[in-house]
Amino acid sequence: MEFFLVSLLNGVSYGLLLFMLSSGLTLIFSMLGVLNFAHASFYMLGAYFGYQVSRAVGFWPALIVAPLLVGAIGAAVERYGLRRVHRFGHVPELLFTFGLAYLIEEVVHLIWGRIAVDYRIPPSLDFFAFEIFESQYPAYRVFMMAVSIAMLGGLYWMLTRTRIGLIIRAALTHADMVQALGHNVPRVFMLVFGSGCALAALAGVIGGNAFVTEPAMAAAVGSIVFVVIVVGGLGSLAGAFIASLAIGIIQTFAVALDWSLLDTFRDLGWNGDVALSIGAIKLSQFAPVLPYVLMVLILIFRPRGLLGRRDT
Amino acid sequence: MKPGTSLIAAALALICLLALPYVFTQGFALSLLCQMGIATIFALSYNMLLGQTGLLSFGHAVYFGLGAFCAMHVLRWAGGTGIGGAWAVVLLPLIGGLGGLLAGLILGVVTTRRAGTIFAMISLGVGEMVASIAPMFPALFGGEAGLSANRVFGAPLFGITFGPQRQVYFLIVAWALVAAWGMRALTRTPLGRMANAVRDNPERAQFVGYNPQMVRLLMLALSGFFAGIAGGLSAINYEIVTGETLGANTSALVLLMAFIGGVGQFYGPIIGAVLVTFLQTALSQYTHAWLFYFGLFFLFMVLNAPGGIASLIQLHRDPWRQGLLRWIWPQYALAALPVALTLAGLIGVVELIYRIAGGVEAGETSWKLFGQAIDATRWQPWALALLLLAAGGAWLEKTWSGVAWQWQMVLLATARGNDR
Repeated sequence: MEFFLVSLLNGVSYGLLLFMLSSGLTLIFSMLGVLNFAHASFYMLGAYFGYQVSRAVGFWPALIVAPLLVGAIGAAVERYGLRRVHRFGHVPELLFTFGLAYLIEEVVHLIWGRIAVDYRIPPSLDFFAFEIFESQYPAYRVFMMAVSIAMLGGLYWMLTRTRIGLIIRAALTHADMVQALGHNVPRVFMLVFGSGCALAALAGVIGGNAFVTEPAMAAAVGSIVFVVIVVGGLGSLAGAFIASLAIGIIQTFAVALDWSLLDTFRDLGWNGDVALSIGAIKLSQFAPVLPYVLMVLILIFRPRGLLGRRDT
Repeated sequence: MKPGTSLIAAALALICLLALPYVFTQGFALSLLCQMGIATIFALSYNMLLGQTGLLSFGHAVYFGLGAFCAMHVLRWAGGTGIGGAWAVVLLPLIGGLGGLLAGLILGVVTTRRAGTIFAMISLGVGEMVASIAPMFPALFGGEAGLSANRVFGAPLFGITFGPQRQVYFLIVAWALVAAWGMRALTRTPLGRMANAVRDNPERAQFVGYNPQMVRLLMLALSGFFAGIAGGLSAINYEIVTGETLGANTSALVLLMAFIGGVGQFYGPIIGAVLVTFLQTALSQYTHAWLFYFGLFFLFMVLNAPGGIASLIQLHRDPWRQGLLRWIWPQYALAALPVALTLAGLIGVVELIYRIAGGVEAGETSWKLFGQAIDATRWQPWALALLLLAAGGAWLEKTWSGVAWQWQMVLLATARGNDR
């Protein structure tokens, strides 16, 4: 029970972090029709900026400054890169963001080196929040969850209750009409792209020190985030939310469980003969593959994703 | 071109290919040539998807890698029993190809349902899946150390043992020619034509009575076949295959090759494969930041020449035939100096940043250039580099408008010449 609760909490906090990435990616995808390959790179930039800024002026200012910086970079990328390449079609757009991801990783290599940087949890949050049965739960995880939930609540409020949210939602489906009504749709696109990047960067600032800040983090998270939005259904925010939590929880449990088919075979009374290599693999070893297997299963049995409106 | 000239050109190219290992006799150059040959097949197979079927794949390394592993297992088995000798090595890439074909057929059922962005994402996911499954089966994929074998065993074939690198080079050239011919021929079959139709307008292809998904699946499987041949050759060439071969880096590299070379022309990926392989080895000897320059070059191409180098060649071809390129050379010559200055400034800034940040060798902030010591902790080199970048960039922008204007003239004149 104790193990179950702790893993569940860890899974939820990881899933919420994933959703901070996948929500921006989904919004950008449904608005611009571009799958931003560099989205996870902005997450990584957020973590590195957070590290650098928090070394200079502390963690709390970094929580604000780093996402703003990354958001500005993202807006500039949309304005001067994506918009230019848009006229060539979808494949060059995709290639552009792919090249950007490649370039950002190299910039990080050049500036911060190839090994992980020493980005730590701030001392003011480095304590245990509460006890679950016997084990203590770190406050930073609670803080992560609080920030993600606050952020997502803010996002929801902005999209559904404010004027700018109204324009964004209208531009999602009827960009030409919104333009005809006198709104600057390209600027709305730029803002959405920039805010999506800023959201990813915020996830980086709070996730970079909880996990590890290294140049490979973008590639590791990037493909998982893609899996999330395919599983959730392309363009569906609610679907992305469910898929983020599901994948976060599945992965956390799989890593934590030290169970293998072979154990089950033994429990069932089959001994010795079943020395299949598949049987001997621990579930924790299988953890990195699980999201992709889930994606393939979804593609076979429900191609539109969990809550997608059209087939993927 | 008259038919006679193209035959002579082909013969000349063949003689060049055969003479190359006798011109570049050093081991380094020879292994580079082998690498280029393998990369050429791989990039051409990639273009069957991107260029001909319009499928942007981020997981093509899977077919290359699985082909390489299939070939490696057969090589180990043949080496252990001594069956076939050099004959087995000659035919080994075919085994790799069959492995790639099978993988393409199985995985393609899932990935080719949709084209475009969705295919790109799914190919990435499937690629990652295969790459992350590999370490779990050390018996099949050799774990971290990979699988290795010896390519020299059994009876030689007409005195050829495939021990010396040069003999392997000839094997690679032979397979590259066969594979390139096969892929070229495929573009002219009904399947190749339908692939183009599915790329341009899947709906209409469906109206004509073809199943777009089936066309994509067949193209993916055949492309996997040729990628597997390249993988089999790499197993012979390096005598080792590791799980990393399946990973995202290999997929990214082949994408870069095909794109930089140009996906619109059949020969584009060949240029890309040769150039990228060369840059990879040449640039990495001079600077640790070579991947950065490489990424910058790629982005530059995406923004300015999405058709790759082949499209630039194609652009110059018609004016050249009409003798109109002499109008453009002076403009190019004028632009050369600002381009050089801008590049020098850019490289200076990047290298300075790199030294200051201490990327790999910490503590080394100065280096020698043309016998002059440069210290990145002082302000002078920074000022010089930034000045070069700014001034060169401004000058380039001015001269480039002249080039663009002259091009308009040339294109107009070419169009008139073509009409005549």
